[in-house]
This record gives sequence, structure tokens and C-alpha cells, in this order.
Amino acid sequence: MRWQQTKDWIEHRLPIFSFLDKELNKYPAPKNLNYMWNFGSLAGIILMIMIATGIFLAMHYTPHVDHAFNSVERIMRDVNYGWLIRYIHTNGASMFFIVVYLHIFRGLYYGSYKAPRELLWIMGVVILFLMMGTAFMGYVLPWGQMSFWGATVITNLFSAIPVIGDDIVTLLWGGFSVDNPTLNRFFVLHYLFPFLIVGLAGLHVIALHVHGSNNPTGVEKKTKKDTVPFHPYYTVKDLFGLGVFLIVFALFIFYAPNYLGHPDNYIPANPLVTPAHIVPEWYFLPFYAVLRAITFDIGIPFTDIVLIEAKFGGVLAMGGAVGILALLPWLDTHPVKSARYRPTFRKFFWFFVIDALVLGWVGGKPAEGVYIYIGQAATAYYFFHFLILLPYLSRNEQAMPLPASIDDAVQARKKYGAKK
Amino acid sequence: MSKDKKDSNSETSRRDFLNMTGSAVGAVGVAACAVPFIQSMNPAADTLALATIEVDISKLEAGQGMTVTWQGKPVFIKRRTAQEIKEARNVDLKDLPDPEKDEDRVQKEEWLVAIGICTHLGCVPLGQKPTDVHGDFNGYFCPCHGSHYDTSGRIRRGPAPKNLAVPPYEFVNNTTIKIG
Ligand code: HEM
Ligand code: FES
Repeated sequence: MRWQQTKDWIEHRLPIFSFLDKELNKYPAPKNLNYMWNFGSLAGIILMIMIATGIFLAMHYTPHVDHAFNSVERIMRDVNYGWLIRYIHTNGASMFFIVVYLHIFRGLYYGSYKAPRELLWIMGVVILFLMMGTAFMGYVLPWGQMSFWGATVITNLFSAIPVIGDDIVTLLWGGFSVDNPTLNRFFVLHYLFPFLIVGLAGLHVIALHVHGSNNPTGVEKKTKKDTVPFHPYYTVKDLFGLGVFLIVFALFIFYAPNYLGHPDNYIPANPLVTPAHIVPEWYFLPFYAVLRAITFDIGIPFTDIVLIEAKFGGVLAMGGAVGILALLPWLDTHPVKSARYRPTFRKFFWFFVIDALVLGWVGGKPAEGVYIYIGQAATAYYFFHFLILLPYLSRNEQAMPLPASIDDAVQARKKYGAKK
Repeated sequence: MSKDKKDSNSETSRRDFLNMTGSAVGAVGVAACAVPFIQSMNPAADTLALATIEVDISKLEAGQGMTVTWQGKPVFIKRRTAQEIKEARNVDLKDLPDPEKDEDRVQKEEWLVAIGICTHLGCVPLGQKPTDVHGDFNGYFCPCHGSHYDTSGRIRRGPAPKNLAVPPYEFVNNTTIKIG
């Protein structure tokens, strides 16, 4: 049988080849995409790397409180290339978050969450939540001190929920503390969630391909002149980006495999001794800072009536810090998408980036002295940006004139470049 | 619009009614099916069966403490000194975030029995060993986010909202406590 005939036979029954051709080959993409558009496909590749390495780790890992720590040490010392697979998986989680955070900031800068991409954006936020859950539960699996106490502190957050909080925590644990049932179910869910992410990422891409990518001008593509076929232009650009990324990734894996981790996690879990400093993985630090910023009860002023206890307030603020992203399309309603043509918004975008970095920095510091106030100020600014600044700018910011089309913008840039 | 209304007044409304009641019954059925699955995640019978332990406390001198595990949780047992008892009893209830008399928290004034889990987010406070940090109120100190507890295990300062919990326990005899 010749290949073409086989292909036709399959195509007639399952139109997979025409589908791939349409979505990956001919797929018209704006011709002005810059390197910030690399992070979506990178995130997808890292997801595959995480699943592949995870499955091989799972072949040697034992989800039992008496064996988990030792089984990971066995992976590190005795299993052939176990150290490599584990270091790829461990550092891969960090890389995943770096890439996804950059992907999100790209969207924030170029207004990619605006119509008609609101659902695409919201699915992204859901993926972020699932990723956080997956990474949190994965970190529990090696059953070191940070695993155990991280799990204890984070599951206890749910106890802040009024009335039913304690019952929820018992349900999560399957016991009266973080213990074997907890480890077991975390392993199962850690295995499951990435596949849910795959499903959602699929929907994310389907929604993306309905209207196509946004682009640095934020002006929608209009004619053929505005686009190039995805292959070879962006397949090559994405592959180049992948090469650069893999160099960085490899530097961590081979030269600083534990740099992003915490040494206490190489001490086996001990339910009777809490380490002096509990810090989450670096990618949770900004949100941890928001959690700790609410140190006061929220109540009716001048009375003793407490509406929200500090503990619950912190939990709400932390959840809200991620969740508020989903509301962004309705908070920033300015008709111009890209920060390139919104000078005021652009300035505040960078303030927001600094604010997020400050939050990440205080999240890693002990909650005492001046750090508390810095954390509170940065948290206040975080919500100020979304809830007050963006709606205000939506109404009052005078944007610069937009180019008539993507092609116009590209030509103008070329001319400008040539003059220089 | 008005035509639609007319339709729904006559035949479609019966169908709508059936659809809605049908869906509602279906939803209740699905919810009922979820119960066993959710319940399966709650503590199993053998986990619940570990619910009581007996502890020999004859070896503790005044000022010493021991930590035992009950239901997977650390339980602090401390034989308090006269000084510590005095401190616990000489407190104005108004100074307490979670007001409780020491007399209501202990069965015998020498013995403090409390669950060693910070009521903030669940770390184990320091203070069982004489060499530990005891915090500003001479009892316990939680290093995670800085909660200070007094010699009765009551919260005095920091983010924790409640006093250290007192587990159900009884003195079987003078040297044995049954917890649970
Ligand atoms: C979204 C994708 C994933 C993320 C972000 C992720 C994240 C993590 C993290 C942060 C750890 C802790 C690493 C450490 O500190 O040692 C971990 C461990 C682990 N993961 Fe994943 N993971 C993902 C997918 C998977 C999948 C699909 C499996 C398949 C079973 C898996 C299996 C494991 C196992 C067995 C461990 C324990 C071994 C170890 O700690 O090195 N992971 N994961
Ligand atoms: S867990 Fe003890 S202060 Fe937060």
C-alpha cells in the first residue's frame, strides 16, 4: 500500500490529516508576533515533559508514609537515571510556572483577555488553579519536612471557612491530621490533575483557533496581508525558543538542581516537629504574602462585631488574588487592547510587575517587623490595580491612534527602522 | 414574542414541566450517588478505631513535659510548676483573645493536657522542653507565624484565633491518663 492511499483511507474515516493541516500548517497567524508569543507552546511542551517524567517516577515511587521518602531517595541513588528523571520533574515544575507567569503577563500587557478572547482567558485561569493544585500535591509526595508541613498549613487554610471548615479539613485528610490517607489521595490526584490540564489546554487552543492569536498591536487581523501561515514561520520560531529554553532548563538540572528547592525537604517528615521557617515553593510566594497580609479581623467599625476573622480574610484574599484574573475582561474595558498604544496603562503595568515581585520577595521573609507592612502595602496595591485603577483608566485614558491594520504597523516600523 | 408565549401557555408548558421535574429528579439522583464517594474520603473505621490511648505519666517531674501521638496529632502533657500554675490563674479574662479560665481547661491543676497544634494553621508550637523557646507568656511559641500561648495553652498574641484545644481525657489512676 502506498502512503497516500493509506492516508486517504484514514482521512475518509477520521479527518485527522486535514485537521492538522488546517490548525498547524496553514493556520494564519498575525505576522508581527514577538517572542512573548513563544510561551504558550512552551507551556504545552513542559506539560508533556512533566507527564512523561512523572509516569516514570511513579513506576518507582511508593505512596506510603513509611516508604515515600525512601522510595524517592532510591530513585535518586539506585534507579538507573532516576536522579535525572527526578531533577527534570522537580525543576520542570519551576520552569512550568516561570513560563506560565510570563505567558500571563504577556496577556496582561497586550490585552489578550479582551473580546473575543474572554473564555480563552478564563480557561487559562482555571488551568493556573489546577497547576497550583498539582504542584502543591506533588511537593507533598517526597514526604520531607517541607512536604508535610506545607501540606499541614495549606490544608488547614480550609479550616478558616466558617461553620463547615473543620469538617472539610477532616474530609481532605481522611483522618485527623495529614497522614497516610492524605498522602495516598494526593498521589492519585497528582497523577490525575495533569490530564485534566491536558483537556483544558485542548479547549484553550480550540478557543484560540476560533479567532486566532492576539498580536503586539492588539488590532485584529483583517486581510491576508496581516498574516503568515503558522508553518514554517512560527513552528521555526517556537522551536528556536524551545532551544533557548532547554539550555536554561538544563543549566538548572545539571548545575543547580536544588537551587530552587528547600534543603529541609531532604529531612524525612516528622509530625511532631515543625521546621523553624515554613516557606512554600518560590512560585507560590506572592500568594503566600497576600495570605499573610491579612493580620486583622474585618468587622463593623467601632463595634466588636467581627464579620470576617483574620484567618478567613487571608484565605479569601489569597484565593481572590488568583481568581480576580478571571474578572479582568470586565474590569479593564478600555477599547484599546495593547499597552503599546496606552501610555498610562503601560506605566501602571510595570508598577504592577514590580508589585508582584515585591510580594514574591516578602512572601519568602518571616512574617515580622517591617515585612508585615510591606506585604500589606503590596497586597493593597495589587487589588487597587485591578479594582480601581483599571476601571478608572478604562473610562479616562486617552489612547494613542491605532494603526489601520497589522500590516500598516509593520510597514511603519520598517520605514522607521530604515530611516534610523 | 407573543406567539411564543401563547405556545408555552398551551402544549409546550406541559413538556417544560416534565423536562424540569425530570431534570430535578435526575440531579437529586446524581447528588445521592456522590454521597458514598465523598464519604469514602472521610476517616475510615480503622482510623477512627485508633481513637483512644493510655499514657503513663509517672516519670514526669514538675516542669517536664511529654508529647504523645493521638489520632496522628501531637498531644502535649505537661506537669506544671507552682509558678506556672500561678501565672495561668492570675490572668484577667479581659486580656484573653479567647477567654477561658485555667480551671476549665485542666482537670488537675498540675497537669496541662492540650493538643499541640497551633490553632492558626496547624504547626506544632515550641515549649514542651525546658530548653525550648516559650514565647512572651512563658508557655508555648509557634514559630510558623509567631503565635504566643501562655502556661495554660491559651492564645495571647499572634494570628492564632483560639486556645490550644483540650482533648477528651480522664485520669485512670494517679499515674495514667486515657486520652480519647
Ligand atoms: C502539571 C504537571 C505536573 C507538575 C506541575 C508536577 C509537579 C511536581 C512537583 C513540584 C513534585 C515534587 C518534586 C520534588 O520536590 O521532589 C512532583 C513529584 C512527583 N510527581 Fe509530579 N507534577 C506533574 C505531573 C506529574 C504526573 C503526570 C505524574 C504521573 C504519575 C507525576 C508523578 C510524580 C511523582 C511520582 C512524584 C514524587 C517523586 C518526587 O518527589 O520526585 N507528576 N511533581
Ligand atoms: S501555624 Fe502557628 S502561627 Fe501560624
